[in-house]
Amino acid sequence: MDMTDMNSAAATSPAGRRQGEVILDLQNISLRFGGVKALTDISFNIREHEVRAIIGPNGAGKSSMLNVINGVYHPQEGRIFFRGEERKKMEPHMAALQGIARTFQNIALFKGMSVLDNIMTGRNLKMKCNLFQQALWLGPALREEIAHREKVEEIVDFLEIQHIRKTPVGALPYGLQKRVDLGRALAMEPQILLLDEPMAGMNVEEKQDMCRFILDISDQFGTTIVLIEHDMGVVMDISDRVVVLDYGKKIGDGTPDEVRNNQDVINAYLGSGH
Amino acid sequence: MFYRENGQFKTSYAADQQIFTIAQDKWFVWGLIAFAALAVPMLADEYMFRAILIPFLVLSLAALGVNLLVGYCGQITLGAGAFMAIGAYAAYNFMVRIDGMPLVLAMLLGGVSAAAFGILFGIPSLRVRGLYLAVATLAAQFLCDWAFLRIGWFTNNSSSGSVSVAKLEMLGWAIDSPTEKYLFCLAFVVVFAFIGKNLTRAAIGRQWMAIRDMDVAAEVIGIRPMFAKLSAFAVSSFFVGVAGALWGFVHLGSWEPAAFSVDRSFQLLFMVIIGGMGSIMGSFFGAAFIVILPIFLNQFLPLLGSLVGVTVSTAGISHAELIIFGSLIIFFLIVEPHGLARLWSIAKQKLRLWPFPH
Ligand SMILES: Nc1ncnc2c1ncn2[C@@H]1O[C@H](COP(=O)(O)OP(=O)(O)OP(=O)(O)O)[C@@H](O)[C@H]1O
Ligand SMILES: [Mg+2]
Repeated sequence: MDMTDMNSAAATSPAGRRQGEVILDLQNISLRFGGVKALTDISFNIREHEVRAIIGPNGAGKSSMLNVINGVYHPQEGRIFFRGEERKKMEPHMAALQGIARTFQNIALFKGMSVLDNIMTGRNLKMKCNLFQQALWLGPALREEIAHREKVEEIVDFLEIQHIRKTPVGALPYGLQKRVDLGRALAMEPQILLLDEPMAGMNVEEKQDMCRFILDISDQFGTTIVLIEHDMGVVMDISDRVVVLDYGKKIGDGTPDEVRNNQDVINAYLGSGH
Repeated sequence: MFYRENGQFKTSYAADQQIFTIAQDKWFVWGLIAFAALAVPMLADEYMFRAILIPFLVLSLAALGVNLLVGYCGQITLGAGAFMAIGAYAAYNFMVRIDGMPLVLAMLLGGVSAAAFGILFGIPSLRVRGLYLAVATLAAQFLCDWAFLRIGWFTNNSSSGSVSVAKLEMLGWAIDSPTEKYLFCLAFVVVFAFIGKNLTRAAIGRQWMAIRDMDVAAEVIGIRPMFAKLSAFAVSSFFVGVAGALWGFVHLGSWEPAAFSVDRSFQLLFMVIIGGMGSIMGSFFGAAFIVILPIFLNQFLPLLGSLVGVTVSTAGISHAELIIFGSLIIFFLIVEPHGLARLWSIAKQKLRLWPFPH
């Protein structure tokens, strides 16, 4: 896709991306923290292979929504269906088992570890050797380690971070840390990838790179992507459908064009100074 | 000039995954092991073995165990002494209660018993952290102190409260001279150090470090905190328990519960802090430092005192020791959490670029 028109919000959503069945269906989700209503009665769905954006002013409940999807927060009300089956209350690692990965708004990398090790941890669910085999580092454990290292190197190549693979992540600039965060999520070979403001705080070039990675992930692997982003140009450009939240309530849902012309959305954004 | 990876190209990921990615490192470590196994027995005298080398080896192993938990998994423990005690007393009971129990097996079973208790006392870590966890593990310490003192069954109802192991023997090899004891400990330490290294560079080690560095993110990529934390407690306690068995059987020969008091727990924690959290090598540095410092001060302070014309009392020396430990721990906690091991790797980094630093 041509990146030069990235910030021209006039571009239509990239048609032609195959959209499949509903993979995740959220119904009447409400989430409270004590007296704070983070989410109120929110329903929307996510289709396979699409890029689904969640937008809204600060504090609207976007990150909380992602935390509900991957089991970090447990909503007081509402039901979630994953591939048609109702999901019971679940812990984050169960969501990971179902193939839901995410990146974090405030980078949450493992600071004491190298880039490679950070991405390797993303494969922990796929590594089956037991403790004794690992302790001896022979035969199966070694073969497994190398097989996964090869996968991780593919991700390193994909994200163009070969030159920093052995650097401790704490020493990396912000933009690269965001990329490693994405790499760690990709290493899970997820079915749904949740991205919490992957481009926040980046300069234009870094944003363009990140957009390219997101589109490539979608095209090459068919991964379903849920994206939180404040840059409207980016959102309108790369997403298929958009949910708009404001004060924990859903105020809009539809294609970028529909959302752009929705009066409630316009009011919310004008009201909050965006 | 000589220490660097020039010309050593990795052509496979397997080669790049080795423990020592610079050939010189590999030769250094193998050389060190060869030196320890072949040259040291010829050079050291009995005092060296008894007072320095054997305690150093055994405490290194224990510190390594503590480091797996504290340095790699980010949990805290003030109960390491208790797990040494469990290892020692369990091994002792396996020895005296089961006829023909092989020595090494008894010690490993001692480690397994410690691991089981490690899991038990690690359960609070699933709910609490930091200070609260420290207090919970301290409870393990006091419980063990009490149990081994008061419950006669553990000490085979020995009237004096102290237990001893009659003869150390492995496959017909009587381990009685200090040199043999030293080599016996060395074998354990080398094997366990490699196991520790392997675990920390494998999937399980990454899980531990992930929990240490950012537990929410670790959970989100599918790491179960319960498994990661309890496995760290188990493996750590296993190492510490085996070290406890070595301490009792080989170093002390006969011992009382006081040998594994809370002082020991603190000492092991200090070794890890001074040596370097999250470093296998660091555990050895820390143990060496803490074993050697008192001996060094004993020799050095009176000498220094006589130079300036004051006599240094023994009490003065042990106070000086505490002061030095205290300040070093504060220094390392604040300035260099990676301890002596970090200074070592900085030195290596410099050497890699030497003599052209730019
Ligand atoms: N763990 C928590 N405990 C208490 N309140 C919380 C917690 N997490 C979120 N909240 C509250 O929920 C509301 C929504 O927060 P959330 O982080 O989801 O917003 P957001 O849309 O992601 O905002 P931003 O654009 O600033 O990232 C806020 O009022 C926040 O204070
Ligand atoms: Mg947010």
